[in-house]
Amino acid sequence: MPILGILASQITGHLSTNSYESIATVTIGAGGASSATFSSIPSTYKNLQIRALARTDRASNPQDFLQVRYNSDTGANYAYHSLYGNGASAGGNDTGTSTANPWSAVVAGATATASVFGTFVADLVDYTNTNKYKTLRSLSGIDNNDTSGRLYFQSNLWQNTAAVSTITIQPVYGTNFVQYSSFALYGVKG
Amino acid sequence: MAAGSTYTPIATTTFGSSATSYTFSSIPSTYTDLILVCYIQNSTSANTYVRFNGDSASNYSRTQLSGNGTSATSGRVSSTNAGYIDAIPTQTPNENIIVNFQNYSNTTTYKTYLSRANNAATGVQATVGLWSSTAAINQIAIFTDSGTMTAGTTFTLYGIAAA
Repeated sequence: MPILGILASQITGHLSTNSYESIATVTIGAGGASSATFSSIPSTYKNLQIRALARTDRASNPQDFLQVRYNSDTGANYAYHSLYGNGASAGGNDTGTSTANPWSAVVAGATATASVFGTFVADLVDYTNTNKYKTLRSLSGIDNNDTSGRLYFQSNLWQNTAAVSTITIQPVYGTNFVQYSSFALYGVKG
Repeated sequence: MAAGSTYTPIATTTFGSSATSYTFSSIPSTYTDLILVCYIQNSTSANTYVRFNGDSASNYSRTQLSGNGTSATSGRVSSTNAGYIDAIPTQTPNENIIVNFQNYSNTTTYKTYLSRANNAATGVQATVGLWSSTAAINQIAIFTDSGTMTAGTTFTLYGIAAA
């Protein structure tokens, strides 16, 4: 069963579209919000996908990152690796050690051009399996029509075998997501 | 609670003969995101672009990341007249491209899209593109900058509706 979205690049035959369901959406209103949370996530799917448009209030920077954490775990139980392009060169980075603040996607920061938001698609595979650590992978980017564009491939590891029932998304450096940021959670049946 | 199945084919085409472009028009605004799935056979090496709502002014920009089996590179183009979705330099016959357009119908943000292009012969590429317009996208034109897209080329546009 293929995951849709960015995994759709692997689709070679007919695409079945009746196993992909919208679960919930969080849209940030005026005044912003420090997080977007999906709670009481049904365990009836095989995989989850997050699709979003986001911008934070991170000062003095056109980019920020967001972190995806699970079941309210704010401990240093996460890890990440990144492959990125900045318009001039390609590079990579990683956690170094376990962290409480995994980089899960790049989004827009406060000094990005007005009306510019970053966007990302992230897949969380086998999120209810209690025998595996959970791996998230994402493709994200922001282009600002200048030299500050960034594109990221990222993998995240949550070093916990618990089934994921809550997903919390927060800025890594900023305090709040700004108005019009939007996060949608989808379930893919197995 | 889940809102039910949502990953809906809006329109699809398979070229019966060569053409220089294809346009999805009158795209409904009832979805949250769009996904464009392309399988392109082109008569010569080319890059692939999109334009929205017939806008051919210099309102597009992009940042991309490429890998060719030997090295990874990144580049950018600002203020250009079309949105790149595939800048792999040597486009041999089969090009597979998936493009995600998030919140395409809102009228408050510029439109940012993510593209993944795959070609087994030449490499892979991902692009983040910006259309500096707050207009809702109701038309997407796809074209290459050289040669023609040949018979067998397919384009399918899907809509995803969020709860």
